[in-house]
Amino acid sequence: MRGQVAIAGAGCVKVGEHWERSALDLAAEACLKALEDAGNPRVRAVYVGNAASELLNEQGNLASLLADALALESVKAVEVRAGDASGALALHQACLDVLAGVGREPILVCGVEKITDVLAPEAERIQMLFEDARSTFHSGVTIPGLCALLTRLYMERYGASYEDLVALAVNDHKNAAGCPHAQFPFPITVEAILNSPLVADPIRLLDTPGFGDGAAALVLAEADEARRLNDSPVRILASEVVAGRMNFCEREDPLTIPSLREAAKRALAAAGLGVKEVDFFELHNTTSVVGALALEELGLAERGEGWKLISEGRIALGADWPVNTMGGLKGRGHPWGATGTYQAVEAVLQLRGEAGKNQVNGAEVGLAHNMCGLGSVSCVHVFARWEVKA
Amino acid sequence: MKPIRPVGIVGYGGYVPIYRIKASEIGRMWGNEGCGLPIVEKAVAGPDEDMTTIAYEAARYALMRARIDPHEIGAIFIGSESKPYAVKPSGTIVAEALGIGSHLLAADYEFACKAGTEAFQTCIGLVGSGMAKYAMAIGADTAQGRPADDLEYTAASGGAAFIFGLKSDETVAYVEGSCSYATDTADFWRRAGQPYPRHFGRFTGKPAYFRHVVTAAKKLMEELGLGPEDFDWAVFHQPNTKFPLKAAKMLGIDKKKLEPGLLVPYIGNTYSGSSPLGLAATLDVAQPGDRILVVSYGSGAGSDAFSFVVQDAIEEKRPLAPPVKAFLARKKYIDYAAYVRFRGKLLK
Repeated sequence: MRGQVAIAGAGCVKVGEHWERSALDLAAEACLKALEDAGNPRVRAVYVGNAASELLNEQGNLASLLADALALESVKAVEVRAGDASGALALHQACLDVLAGVGREPILVCGVEKITDVLAPEAERIQMLFEDARSTFHSGVTIPGLCALLTRLYMERYGASYEDLVALAVNDHKNAAGCPHAQFPFPITVEAILNSPLVADPIRLLDTPGFGDGAAALVLAEADEARRLNDSPVRILASEVVAGRMNFCEREDPLTIPSLREAAKRALAAAGLGVKEVDFFELHNTTSVVGALALEELGLAERGEGWKLISEGRIALGADWPVNTMGGLKGRGHPWGATGTYQAVEAVLQLRGEAGKNQVNGAEVGLAHNMCGLGSVSCVHVFARWEVKA
Repeated sequence: MKPIRPVGIVGYGGYVPIYRIKASEIGRMWGNEGCGLPIVEKAVAGPDEDMTTIAYEAARYALMRARIDPHEIGAIFIGSESKPYAVKPSGTIVAEALGIGSHLLAADYEFACKAGTEAFQTCIGLVGSGMAKYAMAIGADTAQGRPADDLEYTAASGGAAFIFGLKSDETVAYVEGSCSYATDTADFWRRAGQPYPRHFGRFTGKPAYFRHVVTAAKKLMEELGLGPEDFDWAVFHQPNTKFPLKAAKMLGIDKKKLEPGLLVPYIGNTYSGSSPLGLAATLDVAQPGDRILVVSYGSGAGSDAFSFVVQDAIEEKRPLAPPVKAFLARKKYIDYAAYVRFRGKLLK
């Protein structure tokens, strides 16, 4: 990414079952918070990341709807859609818009999803529409079902136990307990996970994200403009998007996420950083095994050894590579199209030193990975304190 | 809500069918290995039973305890969502079978699981106003659960009957007050002509059950100037084991106070019979002077809250009919195949 983009404002709503609120209500609240954080500037564009509002809420065209609701006059309104990577993809597109330099005013980005308008089985069905219908959706398999295949293969090939892997869900819940916007802000134990209902052998219910509603928003601007709006803007050092084979069975090795590997490589190169110079990581751990694979694809662990970082607790707050510092998909929650922007909001909190009990001491650089499904598209962003330059 | 003249319960009775199916047996049918089953087992109406026979059994026991001439009963109301006839009253069937006279006000009530306690309130009003000497309220159901649906584990059969009269030495408990709370909340419904209800998953919890139960209970306590500590026993509607315990916690009521009336783990959710049966089971153990909180819940949605104070007559009248516990102990297990036959799920 040439040029410099920074975040001048960030805001989000608590992830949860917002029975009495619409997708628009949630998006508007997050946006108003982000705009207020940036000093209520006039914006020239709004980007909305959303996975499935037509199917979930019988409401399309969210970007125009949001611009109208926020009384943003004569702005560009763009909706971005890539399943549960929609949020980070909207952030990426907004970065490009900032860099295009067609105006000085900042740009609003909002990821939003209101899932609980439908029952869980329907939500599971809709989630599978982000996959290749021919090879995946039509077979009737679900995301946890696919994760079960990966988990079994991972355990058999690398000698990890399920207990080793789900230590990631335990880590996430522990961190969520200190996160004010988390859906599940309480700790859980490995035993509780192993005793929870079986979803798809060996995946247990407490190893999967629940369905939750949420919205998270950011105000982006060219770096100097962001600095004018906010005393402590957060830099976006890199924003990379890479698509990959949708069906992991068709990948050279199913236990890989090539889209993440390539996006992370490009992002770290753009930021001029080695992965071990990153202070914390927000990962897209659909289930624990995906977190283990992500640690390997990022280069934090050798192939087949990601589970060791997890089971040895080296991903905890205060340990070597803090992961999911605000709870990740499991603890903070996974409102599909909003997850990517939640990760960005959380990076802002860490890098401004506003993460409270979950603060990563001296955090200067953070990396977020948001993907669709199991890697059909990966978005990697590298965020940094204002003082850090690429 | 309080009647102008004090009203109490002159007789009560509960009834639970003999058949049980274990939740694990239903789970075995549908590939649920047993994690997180909502109850242990549920009561199933036999092939020769329906809601009216259950109502009759409970009413018979209520009459035995009431020691009154059945002809003095001026009204009978049955609350249920499993009426054998869509059009034809159930109350008249039960009244005739009981030998209650024909100068009778009879009506069937429907408000999902709280139809039984609505009948309480109508009876209290009729007796308190002097329009009836005695009035009988029954909550009974043979509840429907779609095969493989979450509700199939809990939808059960059972009922309880209460005869109300003016407060006297013959009443086993008197009504201190009642309070209702109702909104248009579509958490669970069954449209006309459909065999099984539908529900909106987790929406049935916080915005539905808990909101209505807790609001009605708090308002009742506020109106009576009572706090959670003033109640010796509490009965909440019991759709599963977790909900009533959580409601008690939210209201600051010790879960020990729920124990005698918490029947759902062993008989399931008897819908309109649920909180009335819980009250009957609590009266089976309560002492004179004890105060009982009862809060029903009906989807759609609403709650009726009551405060009852137990009187001396309980000691003498309690042994006149079998306690609810006797029906819990009396059971025959059936497998899923027999359950399918008993509940008419096979087309012949």
